[in-house]
Amino acid sequence: MRLSRTARILLRSAAALGLAVIYLPLLLVLVDSVNADRSFGWPPGGVTGRWWADAWHSAGARSALWVSVRAGLGATAVALVLGTLVAFAVQRYAFFGRQTLSFVVVLPIALPGVVTGIALNSAFRSVLPPLGLGFGLLTVIIGHATFCVVIVFNNVVARLRRVSGSYEEAAMDLGAGPFQAFRDVTWPLVRSAVAVGGLLAFALSFDEIVVTTFTAGAGVQTLPVWIFGNLARPQQAPVVNVVAAVLVLLSVIPVYAAQRLSGDTAAGGRI
Amino acid sequence: MRPAGAGPVGRPGAGGGPGRGPVRAFVRALHRRPRLRLTLLLSAPLAWLVVAYLGALAALFLSAFWTTDPFTSDVVRTWTTANFREVLTTSVYWHVALRTLGTALAVTAVDIVVAFPIAFWTARVAAARHRNLLVVAVLTPLWASYLVKAYAWRIILSAGGPLDWALKPLGLSGPGYGLPAMITVLAYLWLPYMILPIHAGLANLPEDVLEAAADLGARSWRTFRSVVLPMVLPSVAAGSVFTFSLSLGDYIAVQIVGGKTQLIGNVVYSDITLDLPLAAALGTVPVAVVVLYLLAIRRTGALDSL
Repeated sequence: MRLSRTARILLRSAAALGLAVIYLPLLLVLVDSVNADRSFGWPPGGVTGRWWADAWHSAGARSALWVSVRAGLGATAVALVLGTLVAFAVQRYAFFGRQTLSFVVVLPIALPGVVTGIALNSAFRSVLPPLGLGFGLLTVIIGHATFCVVIVFNNVVARLRRVSGSYEEAAMDLGAGPFQAFRDVTWPLVRSAVAVGGLLAFALSFDEIVVTTFTAGAGVQTLPVWIFGNLARPQQAPVVNVVAAVLVLLSVIPVYAAQRLSGDTAAGGRI
Repeated sequence: MRPAGAGPVGRPGAGGGPGRGPVRAFVRALHRRPRLRLTLLLSAPLAWLVVAYLGALAALFLSAFWTTDPFTSDVVRTWTTANFREVLTTSVYWHVALRTLGTALAVTAVDIVVAFPIAFWTARVAAARHRNLLVVAVLTPLWASYLVKAYAWRIILSAGGPLDWALKPLGLSGPGYGLPAMITVLAYLWLPYMILPIHAGLANLPEDVLEAAADLGARSWRTFRSVVLPMVLPSVAAGSVFTFSLSLGDYIAVQIVGGKTQLIGNVVYSDITLDLPLAAALGTVPVAVVVLYLLAIRRTGALDSL
């Protein structure tokens, strides 16, 4: 498109400004994690590594991190199995209600988290006590799995849409049995999408707070819940800053891995 | 496209695997029965979906027709529409609902305005070799923790914080916590969801259409208004689904930077322990709005490009 010189300059400045606004808050978090000023006044008083050392020894942050990792792994495991199964069913078979199913599967991400949260909360409250169970890590895993399934599903469906079933048929024409065709042809073609889906599902679970607050037991604190609980406590601010900075740095991993492993879903199934 | 080392060909002992064992026989038997295969594929996910998600949602919707014991706050299972009547006739709820709706619309409008130049830059103006990198640059913050981003804005907007400090030489001060802060922060949080669909829409614009416009004498602005804008409108609508519905249900960012302002999400949250049926009835409001919005958007064809 031909753009006038003025339009080009205007566009460039607007885009640069927009990108700056996107990154400045994240940068601020990184700066504040080494801000020597105890009350985090602005501009920063100096540079210190003290808060990072404090955060390393913070028992609350450590146990919250461990809970988050376990919840993420559990939800991802469920999502990998269920998401991949639905993706294969929807993309490789024609059946009644297929459109509805692919719509309902992505519903957990389209509806507000509060609604999913209270729905699960009230369901757990009426189902768990007769079974002798209570709110705990398991309920968090179930809650997270509802939307993690969507991420795996989106990634695998996108990949299956791109690699048609004819590769599999060709393998079978060449004498491969159905088992071998799946193992040697289909699976190698989709496994990177499954891996990316799993990674992004873990990232989403790691970051989730709304559904978590409704499904976690009293003693179960994930990292986001821990941060949220400590936001209003000034004496915890240094450690919160460091944890926030770590989360900003970690967010690069899923994006990088998704880009390396699969080029098909730029948003990693989150959109 | 295949990662290194994944070569499916030339594997020694082709046709190997479980040999002539029962697994192989099972797989062969399955292969002849596609319906059975489909059933096996779908039964676990469907059971999960119905039990863990749809069941809970349906139960919630049902409980909106129940009531609570005024002394114990326990749910009493007697059929009543009182909760919906209360939601529809109490002016506070109307105010909160309208404020939420207005916030969601404002957030969407801000995101469209901010996202367009960025998406236009990444999709059509920047050098082709930089484009992928730019998309990644826009994408990375999407995966940075939601809470951390809201927290960053809490610091920025705090009294005497970075924004006040930056505005001080101009004799101004930041807006502090409240409705404007909330709209800013929500718009910031959902911005990548708007940029990416618009980027995709703009990147798919055929070059010859733009050339035709230029050949017919249209300048930048005219081309943009009469050619580009109508063609990427479905992408904008697709992005708005996210910005709108995510704002509608948010209550965490609102607590962090909203000051005393409340949205529907906060009211639902504060009602849940005292009056679950009322919270459920209130919760149907954002769901209904989102569903109506999706139906309206679907007519533009935006959902196909998601």
